[in-house]
Amino acid sequence: MSAPSDTPAAVQRRGRFLEFWGYFRENRGAVVGLVVFAIFILIAIFADLIAPHSPTAQYREALLQPPMWLAGGTSEFMLGTDAVGRDLLSRLMHGARYSFFIGVIVVVISAGSGVIIGLVAGFARGWLDTMIMRVMDILLAFPSLLLALVLVAILGPSLVNAMIAIAVVLQPHYVRLTRAAVLQELPKDYVTSARVVGASRIRLMFVTVLPNCLAPIIVQAALSFSTAILDAAALGFLGLGAQPPTPEWGTMLADSREFVLRAWWVVTFPGLAILINVLAINLMGDGLRDALDPKLKRS
Amino acid sequence: MNDENSPLLIKASNLSRHYQVSGGLFKKDVSVKALNNASFELRAGRTLAVVGESGCGKSTLARVVTMIETPTEGALNLDGHVISGDNPLSDEQRAQLRASVQIVFQDPFGSLNPRQSIGRIIEEPLLINEPTLSASERESRARQMLSFTGLRSEHYERYPHMFSGGQRQRIAVARALMLNPRILVLDEPVSALDLSIQSQILNLLIELQERLGLAYLFISHDLSVVKHMADDVLVMYLGRIVESGPAEQVFANPRHPYTQALLSATPVADPSRVQHRIRLEGELPSPLNPPKGCAFNPRCWRAEDRCRSEAPELAMLNTHKVACYFPL
Repeated sequence: MSAPSDTPAAVQRRGRFLEFWGYFRENRGAVVGLVVFAIFILIAIFADLIAPHSPTAQYREALLQPPMWLAGGTSEFMLGTDAVGRDLLSRLMHGARYSFFIGVIVVVISAGSGVIIGLVAGFARGWLDTMIMRVMDILLAFPSLLLALVLVAILGPSLVNAMIAIAVVLQPHYVRLTRAAVLQELPKDYVTSARVVGASRIRLMFVTVLPNCLAPIIVQAALSFSTAILDAAALGFLGLGAQPPTPEWGTMLADSREFVLRAWWVVTFPGLAILINVLAINLMGDGLRDALDPKLKRS
Repeated sequence: MNDENSPLLIKASNLSRHYQVSGGLFKKDVSVKALNNASFELRAGRTLAVVGESGCGKSTLARVVTMIETPTEGALNLDGHVISGDNPLSDEQRAQLRASVQIVFQDPFGSLNPRQSIGRIIEEPLLINEPTLSASERESRARQMLSFTGLRSEHYERYPHMFSGGQRQRIAVARALMLNPRILVLDEPVSALDLSIQSQILNLLIELQERLGLAYLFISHDLSVVKHMADDVLVMYLGRIVESGPAEQVFANPRHPYTQALLSATPVADPSRVQHRIRLEGELPSPLNPPKGCAFNPRCWRAEDRCRSEAPELAMLNTHKVACYFPL
């Protein structure tokens, strides 16, 4: 886009983004989180190019080889190898892909369905609202991982089923959040005025009200991204998520459980990857909340 | 302007709107009579002001006239269409009526969608009701309307938070006028604005009325504003009309004790004038449990036994209508 042909709308949008960035930048932790998150994304995208080995190739001559800076390590396997001789670094890089795949899909499914159900509940009121909210209360009453376990047990263990289960577990949060925001917006005059000019229910929901409810939903989406990764890793660890030889971080942890004492690196690095990733996303989510919450804004 | 031949746009007869309020788990539901037996007329080019303190049913009246609420009892003849509780409108009639009745709200900070640009806000009525228009036609009509209401064309792309209260109210008026309505309901259009801005908006409204022949249903609690704007006045108390008639008559010659008390509370810009302020005792009674008889009797200094047993009807008294057994 060339500078002189910028429309005022584009200038407006950029102005809003600059304002957002101004608030976001003040939170140093959030910026660090964003940078780390961006690095993880780049690794996930270019895993095929930058990974030194295939994630499933087994090097029989180098079983449980320690990382390169320890005695016995070589620069060929920088973070060492696992029990069947697969390069740990390559597996972690490819594992990042699964993590983001899980995060994105789970957030899209749970946020999408949760927002729609929440809008319906908020607009319908009456018995439909009560019914939806009680069902959500029941889902929230279960410990989330337990509920996910039950769902996976019913659906059968696989990565896709694990993602569905996690999405179902996370979705009530979006329903409640959206409904609360909708109830707050509905009595406002701009909604009545859209009604008076004859806006249909669908238009009221998605064009009039939803954009005004988005800020808390975006924050929740960012935070549940990390919850999804964590839960998927936990399910993988329990053998109910991604199945070996998939280089999913949780599954990698499960595979190497028995070598904890003999070869610490096979357990430590996948665990660290999960920790750093989740921490980065949570920090970023915090900053996002600070920047998007109108109540925290100074004007 | 006092033209009896101009078309009749609103004719309300015995209009009522009740709300069911749940009384609690083991109690019976209570019905709140937010609007009770209201009858009035409004002709093109005229302004009918509705005054009263908060909670007296002014806003309910506005919501019934703009079809946000349907009347529980009585009939409302709006621009040739009859609305009543047992005769719901078809979608087609609704669409036609939407074009003839529009509303401007009190709070210009709440009545504009903060996420939409002014252009989108103003074009929305057209987008919904005249879907055949092309985007460029809509835009040109929106820009025309902006200049018509005293805004500038470059305001089109801006967002509501960039405007002052007065400008926002102009935007709200522009939006309401996009469908070329014949009736405009103004729900306290200036009470949220600074005094200096109030007169600008009022003058804009008067100018628009003269140019477009609009009928205004002007809801307000500010009697000095009403004096400036109204041709006719309805005084409401607890859901009922207590006095109605031409503005000059009601203001010069109030017959209902409540109207007189209201008028005596209006400040007059004349320091030498001695004020005879009538102070009303007590609070506005709860609409959940209105007093028996005339709703005003607990606060009225002229109330007698008859006022406490049966409610007076609105009746013609010399110049205008009053609902009181012992008019002043």
